[in-house]
Amino acid sequence: MSGHVHKDYTGAKFGMWLFLFTEVLLFGGLFILYSVYLARYPQAFVAGGAQLNVWFGGANTLILLTSSLMVATSITALRRGATSLCLGLLGGTVACAALFLVNKFFEWSAKIGHGIYPGSAHLKELPPGEMVFFNIYYLTTGLHGIHVVIGAIVLTWTMVFIKTGRVNAHDWVILENAGLYWHLVDLIWIFIFPLYYLILH
Amino acid sequence: MTEDPAHIVPYRTFILVWLTLLALTGITIGVAQVHFGALNIWIALGIATLKSALVIAFFMHMKDETTLFKLALLAALAILAIFIGLTFFDVLYRS
Repeated sequence: MSGHVHKDYTGAKFGMWLFLFTEVLLFGGLFILYSVYLARYPQAFVAGGAQLNVWFGGANTLILLTSSLMVATSITALRRGATSLCLGLLGGTVACAALFLVNKFFEWSAKIGHGIYPGSAHLKELPPGEMVFFNIYYLTTGLHGIHVVIGAIVLTWTMVFIKTGRVNAHDWVILENAGLYWHLVDLIWIFIFPLYYLILH
Repeated sequence: MTEDPAHIVPYRTFILVWLTLLALTGITIGVAQVHFGALNIWIALGIATLKSALVIAFFMHMKDETTLFKLALLAALAILAIFIGLTFFDVLYRS
């Protein structure tokens, strides 16, 4: 193709937002599940939440908020022509994603070590409300973890596009959309953290 | 890319939003240690909603988007609210 290539920035971005809305409804379903069972088993949910480690959850909150800052500033860097800064910020974001997953690995390992995992003999002995709490906890944080992995892959892929010049200071919609996806991952965690880790009372 | 090339969000804005988000995270952890009964969950949700609003408005640039984007977001949130509302309309009134 020669000459002018039509680019629809608004269309591309709007498409991404529509996709993000379906993600919000997907996680929204899990939050509805959470809230219905919280209303049914308030005591058991408090007991369950007390067994989660606030430090793991808090550290991962810090990691995701910081990674979101890096993605947001990477767009400014790219548009100002600071390509290597942009790549550094995106590399930092991917590193944050890895750190998040390492944290999650240790957190889940400790829980599984205590016999708390879906279908475990120990979980079946717990009161029904606590069993439900941990099942939804694994489902929600697991699905969120998959999103972290996908986000890291998408951002790495975007970094390749920036290196090859396909994404640049004048054509950055791919970075914009990859960034939107990453911010959604952060948004979901903003709700997961208080609902699962902080329901101490 | 034709859209508003002049408008580049400065680093400072993002850093201020990030600092606010960190402060709100600290507040939500602090408040959770105090016993307010059933109110705790509503405070936690309120702070989480405020944090999301900041992420959406600034990090996701919704503040600078056209009305179409804002209406679409509103519609998506309204649908979610209807789902939640109808679910509880059922669950809370079961005997």
